[in-house]
Amino acid sequence: MNAATDFPIFPHSHLLGIAGLSYPDVETLLNRANANVDVSRQRDKKKSVLRGLTHINLFFEASTRTQASFELAGKRLGADVMNMAVASSSVKKGETLIDTAMTLNAMRPDILVIRHSAAGAAALLSQKVGCAVINAGDGAHEHPTQALLDALTIRRAKGRLDGLTVAICGDVLHSRVARSNIILLNTMGARVRVVGPSTLMPTAIRQMGTEVFTSMREGLDGADVVMMLRLQRERMGQALVPSVREYFRHYGLDAAKLAHAKPDALVMHPGPMNRGVEIASGIADGPQSVIEEQVEMGVAVRMAVIEALLDPRKNDGATG
Amino acid sequence: MLPDHTGTSVYRNARIVDPSRGIDETGTLIVTDGKIVAAGANTLNQGSPEGAETHDCTGQTIVPGLVDMRVFIGEPGGEHRETIASASKAAAAGGVTSLVMMPDTDPVIDDVALVEFVLRTARETARTRIYPAAAITRGLDGREMTEIGNLLGAGAVCFTDGRETIASAAVIRNAMRYARDFGALIACETQDADLSAGGIMNEGLFASWLGFSGIPREAEVLPLERDLRLAALTGAHYHAAKISTEMSADAIRIAKERGIDVSAGVSINHLSLNENDIGEYRTFFKLSPPLRHEDDRQAMIAALADGTIDVIVSSHDPQDVDTKRLPFSESADGAVGLETMLAAGLRLVHSGDVSLSRLIEAMTAGPARLLSIDAGTLAPDAPADFAVLDLDAPWVLDAEALHSKSKNTAFEGARFTGRVLQTVVAGQQVYSA
Repeated sequence: MNAATDFPIFPHSHLLGIAGLSYPDVETLLNRANANVDVSRQRDKKKSVLRGLTHINLFFEASTRTQASFELAGKRLGADVMNMAVASSSVKKGETLIDTAMTLNAMRPDILVIRHSAAGAAALLSQKVGCAVINAGDGAHEHPTQALLDALTIRRAKGRLDGLTVAICGDVLHSRVARSNIILLNTMGARVRVVGPSTLMPTAIRQMGTEVFTSMREGLDGADVVMMLRLQRERMGQALVPSVREYFRHYGLDAAKLAHAKPDALVMHPGPMNRGVEIASGIADGPQSVIEEQVEMGVAVRMAVIEALLDPRKNDGATG
Repeated sequence: MLPDHTGTSVYRNARIVDPSRGIDETGTLIVTDGKIVAAGANTLNQGSPEGAETHDCTGQTIVPGLVDMRVFIGEPGGEHRETIASASKAAAAGGVTSLVMMPDTDPVIDDVALVEFVLRTARETARTRIYPAAAITRGLDGREMTEIGNLLGAGAVCFTDGRETIASAAVIRNAMRYARDFGALIACETQDADLSAGGIMNEGLFASWLGFSGIPREAEVLPLERDLRLAALTGAHYHAAKISTEMSADAIRIAKERGIDVSAGVSINHLSLNENDIGEYRTFFKLSPPLRHEDDRQAMIAALADGTIDVIVSSHDPQDVDTKRLPFSESADGAVGLETMLAAGLRLVHSGDVSLSRLIEAMTAGPARLLSIDAGTLAPDAPADFAVLDLDAPWVLDAEALHSKSKNTAFEGARFTGRVLQTVVAGQQVYSA
């Protein structure tokens, strides 16, 4: 097992997004995370590197899975973890973010993990507090730890990222997962495709470093990885897609569509899944699916990010 | 209170730029009892009058006091953001001597009593001239027409629903027909509410990366083209108050070529800034219409230079800290601008994009002509409203030094060349740097 000092110092104070990370930054985080997978598979899963440090989860949008993953990560590193369930508390809109940030800052946390419905919320928070901030999803902007765990999952299965063809399918428009993945995969040398109806694509998608497809058959042709995105049912009411039936038929991942990808193509989904909307149950649970591994990698990646940000070698004055 | 000036003042050796008369020459400006006596190269042929107060303005430039026809003020109803008095201080510091106040106050300026309130408050508290604009529809709700004739009689200088676009083509058509009979100016910002629904910033690559819903350029030009057609149909004098896109400039250009009685304005922000200035979610750059692409900014400059755009406005929009210290998507729109409009405009002159006389015209004679007010000129007998400038003075904007009650400037820390040395209203100095 690697010692923390085997990894280069991560030159950033916060993880606000994948944008701004270099190839070596991502590589370092993935290597650290890979080492943590072994820790998580031991009977004694605890490390003590963060003993005495305080980790606060600040979730303005409810998310059981991501919050639990960050909580486990902090606890396995020995930190005291506190969950602030802002979404369900009586905090009024308008005075929430900055006021809450100031209050929390007074509690002197060492790491703040924030999820918020507004793009830029994590960046705003990072300007107001004196500790490291991790973006756990801000609006439809970025969700960097998801992209990192996706990359780790792919790398462990395929041995590499560069040169792979990854098809990201579905509601790219509303997806922070897609944006973080597009940036990360491009940084690491993969070829990124997006597949979906034009109504679910950002208007400038063609300038975002992707090949754009509106047909699953063409978009999946020869792909190494098929990454499905969640489709919120509200989109039907917004004149973006007409019906679940039509969506599944044209853009839902089933055996016939998956057959166009490489035979050993990985099937991924950031969860939670809408079975029968964007993905057929048989595929989600099938042999090509790595959806459960993604969840496992999530804890390892979040441990790695926290460790990298709180690296004791980065003491006072080390900012970036 | 507007100052009372008696006696004679002489400003010598100044470069006098008065686009209303096509003048850009070194000369003298003479003021007597609050009015211009003469301004230009040959004014001292008879020598300086006895007992006159004389100012040597060597190296300085005198322009007519600026006329800003789009200013949002919080009085009545939002005095914590800006009062008529504080707006007039900010105006004076920016060389603005006449401003048109938008009707979206609380209560809305849709009634004669409100027009009278504004005029009275201005008389009692303001150091510059304040003209109220009145609403086109009651309560700005886009349905019932206001008493355009009575409001005009009470002193409203134009009619606008402020930030609101009148959704009903029938309502705006009737307002135009009715306003035409009174010779009233209808001024509209256009943004289709459905097409821009949920929109946070200009639609494009930047918004796509941030995951924000965009406001497409078409949201501005579709209702604008509707209005231009209705202006042609009704013969009304229609002013597109704040355009921001190349397509809008093209639409105005075509309408003017067809002989339709239309004019257009642009905010100084859309001449100076583009969407990339938003950077890391800086909410002081969240504006309506949104800051656009650099191509649109260049198109605004070209349209200003060729006369398609008639006026430049500050679109001064004071916002409280509480409505701006929020995530970008939740923050209010708007930036203050009275104090920086001229300095930001001079950047276009220094960069060679626009001539000084064209810039000053769009801030003086242009709006004064549209509004039919006695301002924006240094012609004999005009009110002695003018600004004395140092066109080459470098300075850096300190937001805390702004006279406005709100400090939400899009130019914090900006470096400018050219500033206002003094502002004179009715012959009296109301600001001195």
